[in-house]
Amino acid sequence: MPLGTYKEALSARATDSKILEVSQDGGIVSALLCYALDEGIIEGAVVAGTPDEDWRPVPTVVTSSDEVIAAAGTKYSMSPTLSALKEATRQYGLEKVGVVATPCQLQGLRKAQAYPFTRFVVNKIKLMIGIYCMENFPMASLDTFATAKLGFDSLTDATKMDIGKGKFWLTKDGEDSGLAIKETHGYEQAGCNICMDYVAELADISTGSVGSPDGWSTVLTRTDDGNSIFKAAVSAGLIETKPMDEVKPGLGLLEKLAQGKKDKNGAERERRAKLGLPLPVEY
Amino acid sequence: MFEKLKKAFGGSKEEVAPKVEEKVEAAAEAPVETAPAEEPKAASSKPRIGYIHLSGCTGDAMSLTENYDILSTVLTDMVDIVYGQTLVDKWIHGTYAEEMPEMDLCLIEGSVCLQDEHSLHEIQEAREKSQFICAFGSCAMTGCFTTFARGGQQAQPKHESFVPVSSLVKVDLALPGCPVAPEMIANAVVALCEGNLEYLQPAMDIAACNAGCGCDVLTNIIRNGLCTGCGTCALACPTRAMGFSEGRPSCDRDRCIKCGSCYAMCPRAWLPIKRIKEETGL
Repeated sequence: MPLGTYKEALSARATDSKILEVSQDGGIVSALLCYALDEGIIEGAVVAGTPDEDWRPVPTVVTSSDEVIAAAGTKYSMSPTLSALKEATRQYGLEKVGVVATPCQLQGLRKAQAYPFTRFVVNKIKLMIGIYCMENFPMASLDTFATAKLGFDSLTDATKMDIGKGKFWLTKDGEDSGLAIKETHGYEQAGCNICMDYVAELADISTGSVGSPDGWSTVLTRTDDGNSIFKAAVSAGLIETKPMDEVKPGLGLLEKLAQGKKDKNGAERERRAKLGLPLPVEY
Repeated sequence: MFEKLKKAFGGSKEEVAPKVEEKVEAAAEAPVETAPAEEPKAASSKPRIGYIHLSGCTGDAMSLTENYDILSTVLTDMVDIVYGQTLVDKWIHGTYAEEMPEMDLCLIEGSVCLQDEHSLHEIQEAREKSQFICAFGSCAMTGCFTTFARGGQQAQPKHESFVPVSSLVKVDLALPGCPVAPEMIANAVVALCEGNLEYLQPAMDIAACNAGCGCDVLTNIIRNGLCTGCGTCALACPTRAMGFSEGRPSCDRDRCIKCGSCYAMCPRAWLPIKRIKEETGL
C-alpha cells in the first residue's frame, strides 16, 4: 500500500479562477481552506507563506480567503509551520484550526495528538491537509539551482517554481527553465532521506500534482472528516472532480513514486543503521 | 467510569485488567515493612496514588486539576490519593500521616534540594513505599528552571542545589512539561488505570533522562541528520526559546529552561506510529 489508507482517489481542480491564477496545480489546498473558512469548519489555518516574495517560506496564520490566496503555491524550502500553531491558538485565539502540512509535519501533529505534551493546542486542530512531498531543499540549494545551474542572476528573479515532468522549473519573464531532477539530487536536506512517506499518509486529505494532468491535482481522502469536507466542497461547487481512471498519467505513477521513495529511503535507513547512527524510535 | 474518560481523551478502546497491583495491607497504622508482597486484587480495587511536592511551582498539580470535567471522577472513583501535601493533607511531618503509606504510584513534582534533609528523606522513603515513581513535570524529570538556582535567597539562603529525582532514586516513568499538559496527564492516568503500559512505554524509556535541554534537538536530531524543520519543537517550547534558522531549530539558551519538551515532542526522536494508526484509523 504505497499510498497509505485512503477512502477515495480523485483528480480534482478548484473552480474559482482567483485561486487557479495563483495555485501550484489544481488549487485544491486553497479551495479547501476557503471552503472550510466560509463554512466555519475552521476559523483559521497555519500555512507556509512567502511574505517577502523571496521563496523563503514563513509559517503564516491565515484567517480569510484573501490571506489563503496570498499564501497559495508550493514552497520548496523548509517551513517550521507547526510553530505557528501556538500563534494561531494563543495570540489569534482560534478554537478551530486547519493545517497545511508535509508528511514529516503530519508526523509531528499526529504525535502531538497522541501524546499531547502541549496544553490546549492539538484539540483545536480540525483539518489537516497533507501535501505530497518527495524532499525539501535548503534555501542555499534553491539559490544554487537558480544561479549556478540555470544561470539566473538571483533566485528572486523567478516568478514561479515547480517540480514536474522530471524537472525542477523556474519561470522568469514568462519563460520556463527546467533543470533535470537528477541535477537536484544531493541538494535536499538530509532529514528527508529517511522519510518513508511521499503522499502524506497521516493527513485528513492529501493532495499533489502527480497522477493528474496539468492544472489538476490528485486527491486522496483519508479520514471520515477529511472525506466529508472534501465531498462538501465538491457539492458546493468549489471543486470539480474526475475519476482517476479517466486521467493521465493516473494513479499508477503516484504509486510508483511513493513506492520509489519507500525503497530508496528504506535503503538509507539500513545504511545509517549499519553505521551505528540513530533513527527515530518507533512505538 | 472509564467510558467518560476514554471518550474525552481517546484512551484505548479495550478494557485491560489493571496491572497496577493493589497490595493487601493498608499501611496507615501498621509498622512499615520493607518490600511489599505483591498480590493482585479484584479489578475494581483502586490504585493508591501519592503526590509529593518538592521544589517546584505547583504548576503540575494545577495542571492536573485543570482536567475539570474528569477530576472528580478520577479522584472519587478511579484512584485513592493516599499521600500528599497539596491534593490531600496527608504528609509525613504533616497533620495526619505519621508514616508514609504504601503506594502503587507516587507522582513527584519538583526537583530535590540537596540541602533540604526533609526532601531527601521523603524521596528515599517514597522509593521504598512505591511500586512506581513518576517524575511528574520537568522539574522532577530534568531539574528544569530550578537548575539555574544559585542559593543566597530567603527563606533559606543555603538552598542552592536542585537536582532531578532520577539523580537520587530510580524513576520508573517521566512526564515532561512545564507544566505537564492537562491532556497528557489525563491520558497517562487513563493508561495507568487501564494498565496500558504500551502507551506509557515512551515515558518509561525517558525515565532515566535527567538532562533535558533545547540542545537535545541540536545534538540528537540535527547533528544526526534527522531534522526536517517541521516546527514541532518550537510548538512544544513553553518559553519561546526555540527559533528557526535555515530551517533548523535554534535554541536561545538565555530563554531555555531545560524542560525537555522540545525533544520529547520531536517526531524524529520517537514516533508512536502504532498509537497514531489506532487513533486515526489510517
